[in-house]
Amino acid sequence: MDNADMENSPVISVRDTWMSFPGKTADQPVHVLERVNCEVQPGEFVCLVGPSGCGKSTLLNIVGGFLNETRGEVRVEGAPVSGPDPARIFVFQENGVFPWLTVEQNIGFGLLGRPAAERAERVAHYIQMVSLTGFEKSYPRELSGGMRQRVEIARALAADARVLYMDEPFGALDFLTRLKMRADLIRIWQAEKKTILFVTHDIEEAVQLADRVLVMTKRPATIAEEVRIDLPRPRDLDSPGYLEARDHIFSIMGIDARGGGATA
Amino acid sequence: MSDRPPPALSRQSRFSIAQILLPVMVGCIFVGAWHAAVKASGSDIFPTPWQVCLGLGELAQQGLLLKYIVASLFRVSWGFGLAVLVGVPLGLVLGWFKLAFTALNPFIQILRPISPIAWIPVAILWFGVKDSAPIFLIFLASVFPITVSAMAAVQNMQQVYLRAAQNFGLSGLLLFRRVILPAALPQIITGIRIALGVAWLVVVAAEMIAVNSGLGYLIIDARNAGKRYDLVVAGMVMIGLIGLVLDLVVRRLEKFDEVRWGYGQR
Repeated sequence: MDNADMENSPVISVRDTWMSFPGKTADQPVHVLERVNCEVQPGEFVCLVGPSGCGKSTLLNIVGGFLNETRGEVRVEGAPVSGPDPARIFVFQENGVFPWLTVEQNIGFGLLGRPAAERAERVAHYIQMVSLTGFEKSYPRELSGGMRQRVEIARALAADARVLYMDEPFGALDFLTRLKMRADLIRIWQAEKKTILFVTHDIEEAVQLADRVLVMTKRPATIAEEVRIDLPRPRDLDSPGYLEARDHIFSIMGIDARGGGATA
Repeated sequence: MSDRPPPALSRQSRFSIAQILLPVMVGCIFVGAWHAAVKASGSDIFPTPWQVCLGLGELAQQGLLLKYIVASLFRVSWGFGLAVLVGVPLGLVLGWFKLAFTALNPFIQILRPISPIAWIPVAILWFGVKDSAPIFLIFLASVFPITVSAMAAVQNMQQVYLRAAQNFGLSGLLLFRRVILPAALPQIITGIRIALGVAWLVVVAAEMIAVNSGLGYLIIDARNAGKRYDLVVAGMVMIGLIGLVLDLVVRRLEKFDEVRWGYGQR
């Protein structure tokens, strides 16, 4: 892991990966992923989009170590994935903040082995970064959905995770909060230089956030196309470049849907 | 706890006059109707409310009231305390380890519906007419609700907490102490509350048969030794009041910040 040429090799590398789940009968497994190939470079912000139920979350869970692929090779930071790892933290859509801990206890959760002074300092730093100053002693039930999601992001950052896996983290939030959370996430990502793999079904969200968007097909899913978004941040949502990228992804998915309809 | 006022307090206090006045009114109507019914029936065995108060005074004066209350509470404390000590860890283990659940759950589900009252003859056979008999019965009555609630709490725990904890590298005892136990605690407290209610029901029944002190004994003794129904009802009133106090005490546990998230908006 402290290998010098780690710098140039991908953080995440998924090679010819397949995934199936047992179906209703043993001889009829459900094929979710088929021949998936992708890579994520250090410090890159990559979004996975695709029709709902296509297997984006499954792929993220495999990379995150919560599921084992049926076939293929998944390497993260140079080693095959054998399980979840504190250096790579998952941010869950349904919010994984612990309701029995205060905001600061939650953010300090990944720092239990550290000296108290260091812990307090890191917690204070990340509380400020996610704009939760004044809520240190609050419990999650006293916070809004957006604030709870910020606690979870701060918890991952405070633990010094190098990679963040985000599974539709803003899916349950209202429209305005979502917009604000995206801007906050980009600001934090630029300050912290983390690698982020972000799953969403919202194409606009993907184009606003990502360096690169991986568009998946419907099930059994594979990566249909990789769209590089070379637009300066903060992104202008009316600029021709933004609209072009967005419409291009729409067309990839649209063509896919028509093709699926024709073969059915 | 005292440095932060619970947010619900202000709303509650607006209704406080009605909250006190209404139950007091219902109580007065009940006592009045009771008095009128005794007078109308001309019964000289069933007591009026005032005779019950005199009976309570008599018991207090003889020192029996306090002695019997302490005796009953002593048995409940032991039986219930042991049930918590056994039931919570057992429930957590059964909820977590599938093999333990598969092995023990059918056995528990068969023992559970047997009324603790049915165990009274067995308890007397094993323990004799001593404190240990009612303590055993109270233990039996309260250990199942506690075990089952702790077990269900772990089994129904939100998977996202478990996965988040594993992501941060927690496993073994640390995972149990820092995530599984706190996640299960609200439901465990609910089980404890149910169990304490059952324990208080059972101590009275057990004392009627298996010992010669306590509030249950008071009731059966007052009836047998001279049809003193004023003392019978006095005993019943004390049982009701103490049961209320016990429930209020356990309810306070649900107000702690560490578990309040588990009870919805109350």
